[in-house]
Amino acid sequence: MIVFDHVSKVYSPTSTAVEDVTFRIESKEFISIVGHSGAGKSTLLKLLLAEDTPSEGKVFFEDVDVHAIPKADLAVLRRKIGTVFQDFKLLPSKTAFENVAFAMEAAGATDEDIETDVPQVLELVGLIDKAHHFPHELSGGEKQRVSIARAIVNRPDVIIADEPTGNLDPVNTYEIIELLKKINSFDTTVIVATHNKDIVNGLERRVITLEGGKITRDAKKGKYIL
Amino acid sequence: MMIYFKRIFKIGIINFWRNRWITLATVMVMVLMLFVTGSLVFSSVLLSSSIDRIEKKVDISVYFTTHAAEKDIVALQDELNKFPQVESVEYISREQALENFKLRHTNNALITQSLEELGENPLGASLNVQAQNPEQYESIAKFLGASSYSGVIDKINYFQNKLVIERLSNILVSARAIGWGAALVLAGIVVLVAFNTIRMAIFTSREEIHIMRLVGAENNYIRGPFVIVGVLYGIVSAVITMVFFYPLTLWLGPKAEGFFGGPNLFHYFIGNFFQIFLLLLAVGVALGAISSIIAVRKHLTI
Ligand SMILES: Nc1ncnc2c1ncn2[C@@H]1O[C@H](COP(=O)(O)OP(=O)(O)OP(=O)(O)O)[C@@H](O)[C@H]1O
Ligand SMILES: [Mg+2]
Repeated sequence: MIVFDHVSKVYSPTSTAVEDVTFRIESKEFISIVGHSGAGKSTLLKLLLAEDTPSEGKVFFEDVDVHAIPKADLAVLRRKIGTVFQDFKLLPSKTAFENVAFAMEAAGATDEDIETDVPQVLELVGLIDKAHHFPHELSGGEKQRVSIARAIVNRPDVIIADEPTGNLDPVNTYEIIELLKKINSFDTTVIVATHNKDIVNGLERRVITLEGGKITRDAKKGKYIL
Repeated sequence: MMIYFKRIFKIGIINFWRNRWITLATVMVMVLMLFVTGSLVFSSVLLSSSIDRIEKKVDISVYFTTHAAEKDIVALQDELNKFPQVESVEYISREQALENFKLRHTNNALITQSLEELGENPLGASLNVQAQNPEQYESIAKFLGASSYSGVIDKINYFQNKLVIERLSNILVSARAIGWGAALVLAGIVVLVAFNTIRMAIFTSREEIHIMRLVGAENNYIRGPFVIVGVLYGIVSAVITMVFFYPLTLWLGPKAEGFFGGPNLFHYFIGNFFQIFLLLLAVGVALGAISSIIAVRKHLTI
């Protein structure tokens, strides 16, 4: 369902984020992308979301070349992909509830659905009591959980989570990973980029290891080896 | 579809209120812009009315000799009236001229006395010719000089005043041109300032626009609330400007009337209240909406 075909991203002569990366992700997979800081994990995810364009190669989502889609039509692609951003990317002028609701509104959901679904996902990430707080009134981990709630609320085909537990304590981390596993068990493809060794080893799923922008390992039931 | 517009409206109104400092700053600049627009309207009303009046003061007086027959004068008056350039021709008979003269000098004993001693009316009849605009006096004066009545014409005071009239008409024409030029430049500057203020206001939201794009919002859905806010800026600014103009014209009206001799601005303002309001509303809303569309488009690139 997702194909990276000889993709490279060169930001500048001194900064090659991704180099000649080729892999394929099947539908319903749960895949971890691991690597040191600066290895190119976020860049890979940005290329999938067409937030950035590759210097070389192509990225396909459901057989469509993502970077051939006109900018005005990218919304359709992005609504199929729920994204947890490493830097959260919450709308600062909207409350937690409104941030999650925005993703539903943008997808054209009815008011009734928004009224029932948003509290449900906020409950799921354990933030229902902070629903009406603005992002600047939330801690890093709380913002991260709003971002997760927003990513899953539309029940997308794919969930991309860039370091989704980076700001969470072990209990919250465990709960979020269980949540992602559960979502995956309902046939949603999940892609997680992470440094967290315990998560990766506990999952026993496919692991792609990046080093210096190149894939050095791609194992079916992988471990966090660096 | 309905829900789509309803949401755009709601978000627009919420943003208008939540970003009230930006709203305040933008509205202030827009009020300034509309204020300039309205002032341009008012000053052009005053200027046109005083130009009109000055132009009316310019005329040609044709003085006839004392033995000119009244029927000749009336015939010439009729002929002049047929001219398309001629606005009006006023006939002042010898008797009336004498009356006017006496009236003007009623306090001067010497003049009244010498007039009485003279016994007969020393003044000739005259025609006052008004053209539709000052440039046309030249051709009217030429016609008079060359006409078959030139024998009974004592003098045409246009030739005496020619230089003054010419200067005046030149000054008036260039004053109006300069006035319009300056007004356009001023309006252009103010529009640019207002446009840039809105661009800055939207620039502060560029991160939000990027995020909205990344979570899959359509461009129109992102743009809509900004356009609503732009329209609201326009409406609120137009209302505030109208509120400002009320006491201002009330205070300025009589003063300007005294100075320009023109219409009382306050009466003009009240009399044309809705036209002025619609003009300001149209300018404000158009500028608010168009600026927003242009400004947002720049950030829809991710
Ligand atoms: N916009 C950019 N301009 C220039 N260089 C960039 C840009 N974005 C990323 N890079 C570089 O690309 C490389 C990969 O960055 P990336 O964000 O993909 O790393 P990462 O694996 O996600 O790291 P982390 O685990 O710290 O999030 C880094 O060396 C970074 O400096
Ligand atoms: Mg990263």
